[in-house]
Amino acid sequence: MYAVQIEGLTKIYGSGDTKVVALADATFDVTPGELVAILGPSGSGKTTLLTTIGLVTEPTRGKVVLDGELIADNGWPPSLDLKRVRREKLGFIFQSHNLIPFLTAVENVMIALENNGMGTKEARARSITILESLGLGHRMDQYPALLSGGESQRTAIARALANRPKVILADEPTAALDTENGRHVMALLKKLAVENNSAILVVTHDQRMVEGFDRIFTFSDGRIVDEKRN
Amino acid sequence: MNLALRDIRHHQSRFIQTCLGLGLLLGVVMSMGGIYRGLFTDATAILNSTAADLWVVQQDTTGPFAATSRIPEDIKFRIRAVPGVEQASALSFQNIQSERNGTPFRFFLVGYELGGLGGPPAIVAGRPIGQKHYEIVVDRAMKIALGEQLRLAGDDYTVVGHTAKMVSSAGDPVAYVTLADAQKIQFKDDNNAIRNSREKLADQLARLPILSRSQADQLTPQVAEIVGSTHIANTVVARLAPGADLALAQERINRWNHFRPLTAKDQEHILTEGMIKKAKMQLGLFRAILLVISGVIISLIIYTMTLDKLRVIATLKLIGTRNRVIVGLILQQSLLMGMIAYAIGLTLIELTHDKFPRRVDLVAIDLQLLFGIVVLICIGASLVGIRKAMRVEPAEALGG
Repeated sequence: MYAVQIEGLTKIYGSGDTKVVALADATFDVTPGELVAILGPSGSGKTTLLTTIGLVTEPTRGKVVLDGELIADNGWPPSLDLKRVRREKLGFIFQSHNLIPFLTAVENVMIALENNGMGTKEARARSITILESLGLGHRMDQYPALLSGGESQRTAIARALANRPKVILADEPTAALDTENGRHVMALLKKLAVENNSAILVVTHDQRMVEGFDRIFTFSDGRIVDEKRN
Repeated sequence: MNLALRDIRHHQSRFIQTCLGLGLLLGVVMSMGGIYRGLFTDATAILNSTAADLWVVQQDTTGPFAATSRIPEDIKFRIRAVPGVEQASALSFQNIQSERNGTPFRFFLVGYELGGLGGPPAIVAGRPIGQKHYEIVVDRAMKIALGEQLRLAGDDYTVVGHTAKMVSSAGDPVAYVTLADAQKIQFKDDNNAIRNSREKLADQLARLPILSRSQADQLTPQVAEIVGSTHIANTVVARLAPGADLALAQERINRWNHFRPLTAKDQEHILTEGMIKKAKMQLGLFRAILLVISGVIISLIIYTMTLDKLRVIATLKLIGTRNRVIVGLILQQSLLMGMIAYAIGLTLIELTHDKFPRRVDLVAIDLQLLFGIVVLICIGASLVGIRKAMRVEPAEALGG
């Protein structure tokens, strides 16, 4: 089974003279454990693709199937519980980490687990294990403001991974990091994709980071103009 | 994990300062409520401590508190003979203002019959008045020590006892003397006035053709004694025997000329609906305005706190956090803020209400009602923030 299947995915903003085709007829599949890069200049549709798969932007046309569940078919099915799908099947990593500033590192991870109904004690224990595996055991009680950029991004990765989602969507995860930390984060994502059997789709501008990806899609004007396999 | 508590923990000092400010405001609301109640308690303090069923006053007046009333003291004997009346006593009331140690000194003087109705309700220090003349019991608020002397109408009165929290409807502390002393203070003219009055009387009698000069001279002191009598009271209060019919006794006295029998309920109505109504309305309105201000302030604080968290809320939505968790974050913070502020306000007012110049009566039901209103305000205020939070799109978390 594919982790992500998209077929003819299209997103059009506005209508008539103001119509903008942000994403046009995108079709591809991603298997579990695969690390996929989405490249392209600004305005090429890569973030729209990510938000459409992430159930943040409703597609105009096309189908999206996540882990066997149809989540878009010319729009969102009326009965679809968007939050449930985001909670259970998706993990998000952002360029600016988006950690909750009033929660410590461990609590930032815990919230994702508690969202899925896990008890506080169990969530804490599992969060600590994840943070330790990412080398953040000694920083887990710090607030995000006291973490370095790399530590914050690793905490965000821990939160995204906590529920072992089938698909992780990462928007420029290395943009705010220096080269060394960026490489470290990419290596970590690659390792976790394999270990957790999760598909990871990464939107990036950063050509330095593409060598570790299994597949690279290049977007331009909302269309996939190139697909490479490493 | 409780997000509201985590957020408060992270912004402790800001939250505490906000609660403190709000607590001071709620403390003022509580004190307004206490003063409002205190006005009522003060207004009815003498009425209640007298515990009389009937107040007989001068006809066509609403005395003795709201209007001047003068009736002969000896009407009490006639009132005692009314069926159902167990006890009747004459009372005199007067406001006295003088200077003491260079500052204005005002109090309300009650004259009562020893062993009769209307005397000091409870002596908290010293003893009750034990002799017919020149002893006085004062309220502690007058700050006159036991044994000290107070000069009234040319005589010195020795303070023999203290009462507590006995005030007039105007909030002045109450002092008690015997009825005879009070009558002398209130009604007796000074020597010059007496001399003038007697000369005037003698002159008038001498001009009457039916009296000879010697008859006029003999009559003058006796007539002067009658017209100069101080056996006047402001009211005669009566207590009925258990089971006696109040309406019947009132109706009986009402048939007499020159007197008006008011029930304790009538007096309470006169005192609370007439004398202090405007003050009560003023305070009530002020309290309502303060509550509205508190509501607006809480709403603004909660709304601002929500605005500060819009990105956090968007992130929470994006990672699939249920709406009830986000609603709980805003609502719990609002309620906690209200409750902590309420506790601060209550502590403040509990510690200071005795220091207020007028009585502040903190009544449990008022405080409970205010607590309920604060909770409702907090819920209402949080709805503004919740509405804003529910409109936040998860996509807002993705912006740079």
